[in-house]
Amino acid sequence: MSRIIGIDLGTTNSLVAYVDERTRLPQVIPDRQGRVLLPSVVSFTPDGILVGEDAKRQLVRRSRDTIYSVKRLMGRGYEDVKGELRYLPFAVRQTEGVLKIRAGGRDVTPPEVSAVVLKSLKDRAEAHFNEPIEKAVITVPAYFNDSQRQATKDAGRIAGLDVVRIVNEPTAASLAYGLDRLTRGVIAVYDLGGGTFDISILRVKDGVFEVLATNGDTHLGGDDFDRVVMLWLLEDVQARHHAELERACVNLAEDTEAMQELRLAAEAAKIRLSSVERTTLTVPFADFTYRREITRQDMERLIRPLVEKTLGPCRQALKDAGPGGGEIDEVVLVGGSTRIPLVRRRVAELFGKTPHSQLNPDEVVALGAAVQAHILAGGITDMLLLDVTPLSLGIETLGGIVSVLIPRNTTIPTSAREMFTTSVDGQTVVDMHVVQGERELAKDCRSLARFELRGIDAMAAGMPKIEVTFLIDANGILIVNAKELRTGKAASIEVKPTYGLAEADIERMVEDSFTYAEADVETRLLIEARNEADTVITHVERALRQGASLVTSEDRERIEAALGDVRRVRETEDRHVIIEKTTALNRATEHLAEVLMDVALKGALGSKRADEIMES
Amino acid sequence: MNYFEVFGLPRKLGIDVDALQARFYDLSRQHHPDFHQAAPPEEQARALEASALVNRAYRTLRDPIARIEYLVRLEEGRDTRDRKEDAVVKPKAPPELLEEMFEIQEALQEAKMGGLTAEGSERLEAERNRLAARRDEEEQRLHGALSRRWDESSAEERPRIVAEFKESLATRAYLRTVVDDLTNALEPSQDGHVAHHRH
Repeated sequence: MSRIIGIDLGTTNSLVAYVDERTRLPQVIPDRQGRVLLPSVVSFTPDGILVGEDAKRQLVRRSRDTIYSVKRLMGRGYEDVKGELRYLPFAVRQTEGVLKIRAGGRDVTPPEVSAVVLKSLKDRAEAHFNEPIEKAVITVPAYFNDSQRQATKDAGRIAGLDVVRIVNEPTAASLAYGLDRLTRGVIAVYDLGGGTFDISILRVKDGVFEVLATNGDTHLGGDDFDRVVMLWLLEDVQARHHAELERACVNLAEDTEAMQELRLAAEAAKIRLSSVERTTLTVPFADFTYRREITRQDMERLIRPLVEKTLGPCRQALKDAGPGGGEIDEVVLVGGSTRIPLVRRRVAELFGKTPHSQLNPDEVVALGAAVQAHILAGGITDMLLLDVTPLSLGIETLGGIVSVLIPRNTTIPTSAREMFTTSVDGQTVVDMHVVQGERELAKDCRSLARFELRGIDAMAAGMPKIEVTFLIDANGILIVNAKELRTGKAASIEVKPTYGLAEADIERMVEDSFTYAEADVETRLLIEARNEADTVITHVERALRQGASLVTSEDRERIEAALGDVRRVRETEDRHVIIEKTTALNRATEHLAEVLMDVALKGALGSKRADEIMES
Repeated sequence: MNYFEVFGLPRKLGIDVDALQARFYDLSRQHHPDFHQAAPPEEQARALEASALVNRAYRTLRDPIARIEYLVRLEEGRDTRDRKEDAVVKPKAPPELLEEMFEIQEALQEAKMGGLTAEGSERLEAERNRLAARRDEEEQRLHGALSRRWDESSAEERPRIVAEFKESLATRAYLRTVVDDLTNALEPSQDGHVAHHRH
C-alpha cells in the first residue's frame, strides 16, 4: 500500500501531515524552513506562480493577481458569492456554472488555484519522504455541499493527487483528539476557521466515532471578522483624514491596495487582541500614516453579531442529535478563530462546559486527516469513523416542491431509490432535478444537477418503470444510477452539474502547466539525487564497519570527510552539489571497495578471517 | 435481505437498542469502505452497498415508529428496499376529534391571513399542547401495547394487528401534521426554514 498523506486545505492556511509508523502518532510536515502552515495564497506574477509565504508578500503589491481565501469560492456560483465580491481585489465572473478568476492575465478556476496549494504540500511531503506521493485524504468543512466537495476532489486531481477520501474537518479533529483517548462519550466539535463554521456532535465509543448531527455555515469565519473591522477602520480613516484624501483625490474604498492594507491591519489587530486588551495599529498610506488604538471591547462589539450567528446551528445540531446527543460530555475547539476570547466564552456558555483546546487548533484537522489516511492505508484497524451527510438530498417534483430522498444527518454511505415514469405517450427522455437543502421549494435549495434519463423505449405514458438509485458515498458525494425495470437495461444518464467543472475541463487542467511542470521535474531530480546519496551513504557506512582496518588511517579520514560532506549537503535544495559530493564519496571509497571485494573473493575460497588474509 | 435479517433479528418489534448499536458497530467494521480501500473495484462497490444497507437498516430499526412502518411494509409485501421514507399510510383524523379539527383549521387559516390576537394565540397554544399529548399517547400505544401484542401474536392474528398499526399510524401522522402546523403558526421561524417531516 502506498503512502497516503493527510491534507487540511484551509481558507487561510493549509497543512500536510502523516502518521509516523514507529510512534503511531500523527505529525505535521514542516517545509525546509521549518514552517508548518502554508498560507493558502497564490500569486500569478510575470515570473511565474508563487504560493504560500512568497505569495502572501504580494498581497498588497499585486493585489489584483494574488488570490487568497479561494476556499470560499470552491463549488460556488456567482449568485452565492456576489455579495462579497466587491471586497475581493481580484475580478471574478461566471461562465457556464464555473467561477473564473482573472489573475496574471488569464482565467483560473477556484479548483486550479487550490491545486497550486495542494501541489506545494505534495512537493513538501515528497521532499520529506524522498518518494513520490500520489494519494491524499483532504478535509472539507462538514457543511460543504456536494458541489463544494466535488470541487475539492477536482483540485486534488489537478494537483496530481488521487483523493482517496474527503473527510469532514470537525470529524477529523475528533479523530486526532480520540487518538490520545482524551475523549469518550458525546462530544461537540466547534470549528470556526478562516472562512467556514461547523458544529458536529459525535458519540465516541469503543473506537467508533459516530457523528450524530452536523450543522454550520460555509460562509462564516475569521475573514468575516476581518471584514467588519476593515469597514469600520475605513470609515474611521475617511473621517480622520478627510482633508488629505480630498486633496489627493483618493477614494479609498476603490483602491484595492489600500483596502488590502486595511484588511491585513484589521486581521493583525484581531489576532493581537486575543492575547492583549488593547493595541495600536499603524497603516502607512501614500500621503499620510493612519494610526489608532483599538481595544478588545471595540473588537468584541464589532464581531459579536457574527459570533452569535454560530449559535443557531449549534442549537439545531443538538436538537438533530436526538436523545443520544442530549448530554454533551466534552466540547472541543478547532480553527484559528476559536482563539478569540469572545468565541470561547460564548461556546462555554452555550454548552455549559469549558472547551478543550489542548491540541493546536491550527494543526488538529491536518493531524486527524493523517489518522484517517492511516486507517485507509490499513495502518489502524481499531478506529472507525461513521460520518453523516450534512444536507437533505431531494428531487424536484410537481410545482417545484422538494421530495426528500435522504434526510440530513443520515449516516453515510447511504442510498435511496425512486421510481420514475413518463407522462406522455412515446416519451423517451425523463428529466430530474436533484437538489440539496432544507427548504420546501426547490428554488430555495441548492441545485446539484439536472439528470436526463435517455434511451427509454417508446411506450404508453406511465408504462416505463425507471428505477433510479441515489447513493451518497463515504466522501459525502452523490452517485446516481438508473435502470429500466421492464427491460432490465441500465438507462443512460446525462448529468449536467449546476456548478463545477466538466470532466473534459479537469483533464485539460491536469495537463496544463499551472502546477509548474518545471518545478515538478526539478523536485523529482532532487529526490533522485537524495536517494542516490542515501544509497551510497548506507554502502559506505557498511564498508567502514566491515573493513576500516583494511585501509590506511589516511584513507579512512578521507572517506569519513567525504561522507560528512554528503550527509551535510543531502539536506540542501541543490541537487548538483548533492550529486557532486556523492560522486566524490564514491571516488574516495574506491580503494576500500576493492580491498573488500578481494577479501570477499578470498573469503569465498578459504573462508578465513580478514586479519589472517592481511597477514598472508 | 430485509432490515431485520441484516441484523440477524426475528421479525419482532421489541428490540434492545444497546445491543442493536453494538451489532451496528460490528457490521460497520466489517463492511465500511474505509477497510476495503485497497480492494479491487468490485469488492469496493460491494462494500459500499453493504455499508449503505447496514446504515439504512440501523436508521430504521433504532427508531420505534420507523421500525413499525417498515414492518407494515414488509407484511404487506411492498417494495421494502431503500425507498425514500414515504408514508405507509395517509394521515387520517381520529373520528372523535373531527369537529374540533374543523375549528382548529379555521383558526389556522385566520392566523395565516393576518396574525393572531393574544387571546387566539393562547387558545391555539392550549390546543397544540393537548394535541401533542394526544400524539404522544398514540405513539405510546404504537411502540407499547400494540408492539407487544405483535411480538406475542400467532400467524392468524397478524393481519388484524397490521390493520391496527395502520390505523394508529394514520392518526399519529395526522396529529403530527396539525401540531407542526400549529407550532409554525405560533412561532414562525425567523429565517423561513421549514423542517421536513421526519420520524
